[in-house]
Amino acid sequence: MTPGRRHLEPLKEWLIERFIWLCGVSAIFFVFAIFIFVFREGADYFFSGFKAGEFFTSIEWYPTSRTHVRYGALALITGTFSVSFLAMFLAVPFGLGAAVFISEFCPPRLKEGLKIVIELLAAIPSVVWGFIGLTIMNSLIVRLFNAPIGLNMFNGAIILALMSVPIIVSIGEDALKAVPDSYREAAVALGCTRWQMIFRVLLPAARNGLLAAVMLGIGRAVGETMAVLMATGHSIRIPHGVLEPVRTLTATIAAELGEAPVHSDHYQVLFIIGILLFTITFVINITADFIVRGIGRK
Amino acid sequence: MMKMKGPFSLLPLLLALLLAAGCLRGRQPGQRGTGQKQVIQNSGSDTMVNLAQAWAEEYVRIKPAVSVEVSGGGSGTGIASLINGTADIANCSREMTFAERERALQNTGKDPVEHLVGYDALAIFVNLQNPLHEITLEDLAEIYGERGRIERWSDLGVQPPDGKRDKIIIISRQSNSGTYEYFREAVLGKTRDFRLGTIDMHGSKDVVELVARTPGAIGYSGMGYATDRVRMLRIARKHGETAYAPTVPNTQKGIYPVARPLFMYTLGEPEGELRDYLEWIHSPEGQDLVVRSGYVSLSRTGSHAPAQGEEHQP
Amino acid sequence: MFEATDQTRRKQRQESAIKYLLTTMTVIIVLPLLLIIFYLFYKAAPILSLEFLLENPIHGMRSGGIWAPLLGTIYLVLISLLIATPVGIFAAIYLNEYSRESWMTRVINLAVVNLAGVPSIVHALFGLGAFVLFAGIGRSILAASLTLAIMTLPVIIASTKEALAAVPHSFREACWNVGATRWQTIRNVVLPNSISGILTGVILQVSRAAGETAPVMFTGAVFFKAIQTGDPFAYGLLDQCMALSMHLFTISTQVPDVPDALTYGTAVVLLGVVLLFNALAILLRIKLRGKKKW
Repeated sequence: MTPGRRHLEPLKEWLIERFIWLCGVSAIFFVFAIFIFVFREGADYFFSGFKAGEFFTSIEWYPTSRTHVRYGALALITGTFSVSFLAMFLAVPFGLGAAVFISEFCPPRLKEGLKIVIELLAAIPSVVWGFIGLTIMNSLIVRLFNAPIGLNMFNGAIILALMSVPIIVSIGEDALKAVPDSYREAAVALGCTRWQMIFRVLLPAARNGLLAAVMLGIGRAVGETMAVLMATGHSIRIPHGVLEPVRTLTATIAAELGEAPVHSDHYQVLFIIGILLFTITFVINITADFIVRGIGRK
Repeated sequence: MMKMKGPFSLLPLLLALLLAAGCLRGRQPGQRGTGQKQVIQNSGSDTMVNLAQAWAEEYVRIKPAVSVEVSGGGSGTGIASLINGTADIANCSREMTFAERERALQNTGKDPVEHLVGYDALAIFVNLQNPLHEITLEDLAEIYGERGRIERWSDLGVQPPDGKRDKIIIISRQSNSGTYEYFREAVLGKTRDFRLGTIDMHGSKDVVELVARTPGAIGYSGMGYATDRVRMLRIARKHGETAYAPTVPNTQKGIYPVARPLFMYTLGEPEGELRDYLEWIHSPEGQDLVVRSGYVSLSRTGSHAPAQGEEHQP
Repeated sequence: MFEATDQTRRKQRQESAIKYLLTTMTVIIVLPLLLIIFYLFYKAAPILSLEFLLENPIHGMRSGGIWAPLLGTIYLVLISLLIATPVGIFAAIYLNEYSRESWMTRVINLAVVNLAGVPSIVHALFGLGAFVLFAGIGRSILAASLTLAIMTLPVIIASTKEALAAVPHSFREACWNVGATRWQTIRNVVLPNSISGILTGVILQVSRAAGETAPVMFTGAVFFKAIQTGDPFAYGLLDQCMALSMHLFTISTQVPDVPDALTYGTAVVLLGVVLLFNALAILLRIKLRGKKKW
């Protein structure tokens, strides 16, 4: 290092540390920016013409009607939650079962292999899942369940379940791993079977972590777009059975945003739906995080 | 020391990127390009997107110096892009409204110019297992319309296609595609809305695929999307009138009831590369692609042109 | 004594029952992946070849290859990588090296978690509102890449943080003791020792960015764009481009009469790219773990 450059060192150091700080807080900045920019696009309508009552209680979604434009999103909200909960109904038992299997029963080599496969399962792009739903699952469901239509809630839920299982497994496994071995030893010493040990000792001890795993799974399912757009049938209705098609909030944005004239009411309502989705996932993520930190402290 | 080069060499690049973005911000559509290349931006109607794609694909072979970017998004999006200057050509499966023309004139100071480029006939599709062969516009309105009276195949006097499930599975499009709007106007009338609970597919192809897989379904799409796994119905305006099949001659003669003109809009009379492109679209070569894409080409006679829309000689 | 044996037997039965149950559950999760990949490859097999990758889509995208969308995806991934990598790495350095346990760190960590949890369609809305409209960049490769970069930032932050945390504290102390500043320590000791871990994060970012559809759909990906085959510089930064994920969506929902092999082929290439990069990251991680000397 030449002497000339040496006296620049403190300045350089200062600049770099500023830059590092800036990058550090950028994550906060981006989260705020997302909220602000998405809200900004929908704000005009939100404060002037938006009817929250209609939005949350009516199923009549007629954004382009010539005579009577209505933005009732109840069917979309119901659609999002029904398909997400059905997905969780399928994914949670299997996800937690697999987490227990991997953490408690698996020989180490197989464990590595399984974890890799599950990581790869998580990597499959949602549009590929959607494609699978549209083609393979569509025909399968019509044939196996004799459903009138293959694109329905069940199709979407199976795909969402497969998509959120990896999160549930990996976070659930972490939670089980965090249970001290002394608990297991104590249980075995008392003569528990493994069955008893898992149900009476492990699951209660890892309760919070498992709960967080399930919540993050729901978060993933609620926010998923392409797969549900292609697989759920996209029909505005309150479903009466799992073999009926539904439409979700995310799919509605994806399908209609491209064709809504910029800054029209319809366009702004889609951004308001975006804010609703942001809020839902925000709450889910924060809660899950607090639950996880909760066990960390214990 | 050397190992740390990585992240740092990226920084100037990043700055350069942002700078480049800044410099190019005030670009003009149509005159923008990478190097020598001319870019024509073409967006709008989903009905026309496959046709526009076919033209773009063929044109680059004739004129490699011109690259056409095609995006869908619907007629409304195309017009909006034209108005705010992000597209050179708007594809439109309906006529531009007066309000839209006004806005274009206000925003850009130029009048949008209409170019008729072909016709599209909307076909009604049913599954091959379905015994139905023809239908009237009145019945269609009762199937698709809000508070419509027809919900079962037996209401139409046919056996349920798969033998047991009588309920009609109604397949439609998402609510602001041009096809949806045209179907609403042509079948339901100016004021009636669609019923809720239809299955709204994202693309015209989706509709046809789903009808092919679902015995009890009915759906509509441009006739260009027909495959041999579905049947197109003949359509009559009223009960007792003759039903016509969606064919090229029937559309050109104007007797098929659900057909519409396809337009391309430019701001002002097109010049330079844009004019060449539109002229080529109207040439026999361009019109040949219309037919090959499953749409109806401009009829040479002109007098029998269906519906509204003036004839532009190629 | 007999009673005890009975009990033991019952215990054993129970034990194996639950083991079988859990094994079945795991198999049910893992099996679909293998079946799906196998089936996709089986359907795509007739079309997969080098020409498929290097040819443009032709005949109304009903035949030919996937050159234009593939190149578009490469552009989107590389540019988003260029933006997300420095920011992500420095953010992780801040979180792991500079910040102390404070409410600020907590908030940043929460923000990272949330950034990862925001639905992709909301990222798309953000990209449209912020980059395309507000910043005036317009629908372009740049706007789409920026959107992807922000979306994939948490992937890089998380992996880098993990890699940095794996460097023992004693390394840093040794360096501080010879009079090096904080930054010099990071630069000369911490980063060189964690570079492979950081690389894992970068590779995962590539895999994530390549697969996303919704964020690019409204910010820069088009239905079709004619480009010359074989020209790697066919797109400009402010052009729109085709993207592999979007191409799969359009040919499977919009374009009529596409032969099955073509859509399955596109799906397999997309899936292949993503899984390849993921496998690479996993291999790197395993190799790293085996090599660790402290």
